[in-house]
Amino acid sequence: MSRWLIRRAGEAVLTLGVAVCLLFVLMRVAPGDPLSRLGDDRPVSPREVATLRARYGIDQPMLTQFGQFAGAAVRGDLGTSIEYSRPVARLIAERLPATLLLGATVLLLNFTLGLWLGVRQAVRQGRLADRALEFVSLTAYAIPSFALALVLAWLFATHWRVLPPGGMHDVLLSPNARFAARATDLLRHLLLPAFTLSLVSVAATMRYQRAAMIDALALPFVQTARAKGITERRAVWHHAWRNALFPVVTLFGLWLPILVTGSVFVEQVFAWPGLGSLAAVAVASRDYPLLMGTALLVSTLVIAGGLLADVLYAVLDPRVRHA
Amino acid sequence: MRDLRVTFPAQGVRIPVVDGVSFDLVRGQTMALVGESGCGKSVTALALVRLVPPPGRIEAGSAIRLRDRDVLAMSEREVRGIRGRVCGFVFQDPMTSLNPVFTVGDQISEGIRAHFDVPRRDAMARAEQLLTEVGVGDAAARLRAYPHQLSGGMRQRVMIAIALSAEPDVLIADEPTTALDVTVQAQILEVLDHLRASRGMSVLLITHDLGIVAGRADRVAVMYAGQIVEEAPTAELFARPSHPYTQGLFASVPRLSGPIQRLNPIRGSVPPPTAWPSGCRFRPRCPIVHPKSEQMPPLLDVAADHQMRCWLAGDSRP
Amino acid sequence: MTESPRHGTSLLAAVWRRAPGRAGLIALAVVVAAAVASPAFLPSPIEQPDIEHASQPPSAAHPLGTDQLSRDVLSRVANGGRVSLAVAAIAVTLSITIGALVGLGAGYWGGAADAVAMRIVDAALAIPRLFLLLLLLAMWEAIPPAAFVLVVGVTGWFGTSRLVRAEVLRLRESDYVAAAHGLGARAGRVMFRHLLPNALGPLLVAATLGVGEVILLEAGLSFLGLGLRPPRPSWGGMIFEGRATLVTAPWATMFPAIAITVTVLAVNLIGDALRDALDPHR
Repeated sequence: MSRWLIRRAGEAVLTLGVAVCLLFVLMRVAPGDPLSRLGDDRPVSPREVATLRARYGIDQPMLTQFGQFAGAAVRGDLGTSIEYSRPVARLIAERLPATLLLGATVLLLNFTLGLWLGVRQAVRQGRLADRALEFVSLTAYAIPSFALALVLAWLFATHWRVLPPGGMHDVLLSPNARFAARATDLLRHLLLPAFTLSLVSVAATMRYQRAAMIDALALPFVQTARAKGITERRAVWHHAWRNALFPVVTLFGLWLPILVTGSVFVEQVFAWPGLGSLAAVAVASRDYPLLMGTALLVSTLVIAGGLLADVLYAVLDPRVRHA
Repeated sequence: MRDLRVTFPAQGVRIPVVDGVSFDLVRGQTMALVGESGCGKSVTALALVRLVPPPGRIEAGSAIRLRDRDVLAMSEREVRGIRGRVCGFVFQDPMTSLNPVFTVGDQISEGIRAHFDVPRRDAMARAEQLLTEVGVGDAAARLRAYPHQLSGGMRQRVMIAIALSAEPDVLIADEPTTALDVTVQAQILEVLDHLRASRGMSVLLITHDLGIVAGRADRVAVMYAGQIVEEAPTAELFARPSHPYTQGLFASVPRLSGPIQRLNPIRGSVPPPTAWPSGCRFRPRCPIVHPKSEQMPPLLDVAADHQMRCWLAGDSRP
Repeated sequence: MTESPRHGTSLLAAVWRRAPGRAGLIALAVVVAAAVASPAFLPSPIEQPDIEHASQPPSAAHPLGTDQLSRDVLSRVANGGRVSLAVAAIAVTLSITIGALVGLGAGYWGGAADAVAMRIVDAALAIPRLFLLLLLLAMWEAIPPAAFVLVVGVTGWFGTSRLVRAEVLRLRESDYVAAAHGLGARAGRVMFRHLLPNALGPLLVAATLGVGEVILLEAGLSFLGLGLRPPRPSWGGMIFEGRATLVTAPWATMFPAIAITVTVLAVNLIGDALRDALDPHR
């Protein structure tokens, strides 16, 4: 098992390395000049531009640039943001917790509500509730996340005024307030963005789990289990479900990029101070170093997530462990 | 079992898959249920403990009694009580019939603890004994193994151990050797036979292979298209196969000795339940078509303790 | 040596037979018809400067209302459909083609080329497609539509290549491929006449679902300001422009969003039905 783990981790690092190369190539291939927008709000002399080029290393040959880039990235230096004039790494570090909180909440909803609904629907296949839920989840898949975010924000914040329109904290709340008050405040702010993001992913998880569960319930060993005289509940959850988890775990690896993509829009609409909104700002202000840094971190998260999913799979399936 | 009828929905109506099957299982005896795939023999076995998968349904008018209790009148809880405890099942393909994510020991002890309130450790100890009883060497180590780590024959022995885990009176083996190598088949059948003798169980052996039946079963019932078409003690059936279908089965077995001949299959193919002919269901394929065969023949006596579902039994036989 | 119904009409019939597939086909047909017919039936949005009628709710004259520049929302949605659908169709075709070629080559030739290609594909799949697009598009001032479609298409082939490669690997060792080789068929012929047809099923499913994905992506990009610019709005662009008047004229944002949802839903239903129809376990 540990040998397999080391090999898998090595592959993940290799993939990350290739991803870094890819990102770098993209950066250089992309048309447009990162510095072209500098002259927008104040006059910039050619000398200043040249200095900046030197500082950002844009005037060096490709390979040297890559070396600098990769070397710096490994050391944790992701360059300096043009918009904020601060190290990109610091900006990312500041924003990461908010995104992680949002992501963890969505994950939690996914792997509780999504799985449970999926199993329920598989057992009650074909009945009205199953079909209704199926339709709702298919529609949820299809709604653009930013549109949903806009509608929900308008509905709950502007029209009904029950939830805050954005941000992570109430500005008026004193930092010395009791934990309960601060926690409630955080939850109120978290609710809408988490719900918006969850809608799509819970729908996806539910569908996958349902399909996997239907397949699992049809497997012969479930009949063997029933023939032993165990309860139906045990046959469903202990035997069938354990085998229906595999596709869902694989889904976890695939779903992370989707979550990250959605968070760019949702965080922006709800002004949630995470990586997604940071990326949106980077796009709006053509802040290339910031955009690159965010892309790099996001890719790392996705690869780490995939590795985690594989490990989880191996924990669940002894056949993989002994291969 | 009397007049068992099991129906499944097809194209809007319910079609019988098992149509009026009756037989008795005698303690200490092996009964073989022989037939080609699609004749309903597996469903018959599952019906014994009401394990017929939905949307299948056991129809009213059927009667199943196990140990003098009416199975069809039992509550869900009571039926679960007899599954494994009165009837143990051995299924066809041990690779797919065993759960790949749990150890062998877990799966056997689960069968024990479903019916007996014993702590885990005791159940595991008993599982080890069972493994030894079915002929698995080094049972203690094997308890912690996963199904995919064992050979085919070993896995089937595990299946048998699971079937025995709740000390049943009846062992139902549905094609227990079909998925195994020929050399292993004999071993498994030996195990089943040995268990029957040592534990005094009844065995219901379901198979399509007449060769397995020869030295192993006490009685044979031949099934075709949802019905029993011939039933007799084994020796009698082998000596005097009377129903044209049974005769066809025997004739189609290739012989190792004697001159090389063409294979003798039974002409035609088994009709699906949706296309059963009216009257005698073997009529389209029968080499001798009796004039009365448009009517469904009942089970008629051929000899003492030997019946068949064919009008030929009524005629004088040479 | 194909294994499931392959001809176009029979696949279409198979999708039609399934209720969700049928619903999807009908919905998609309506959307496409509206998009294609829009210039003929509805006045061009540019020709309607009518300040009195700005931000009007749906009425008889304007079934979907007007936006803040008094343009008829219905015409804009129909027109936007042309843009969104065209972009999706072309981009997906591009993605499928590249993906199929790479997958065929990698699966067939194997070896170092395969290893390298798949490593790159894995890395590219780790970077969310949106970020790839952001990196490529963010620096552009005004993106020419052709370039936009090209960029979208070029970022979407990675998954497809894995799919095709998997099919090729599965069939590479099969008897009939060996037979083809035995008869002296060259690599290209083997790949295109024997291996590719078997991958067509999954490719078709991937293409159908890919259309939905591209529509959503393109809308999202427009929302971030990176999409096709007015006066050539796609649905996403309309939502982008409608943000400011969300409270006063919500229909200007709602209807394009509904159009997107309906189209993507339709396409997903069709894709699911296709996948079902091609499944050997049917």
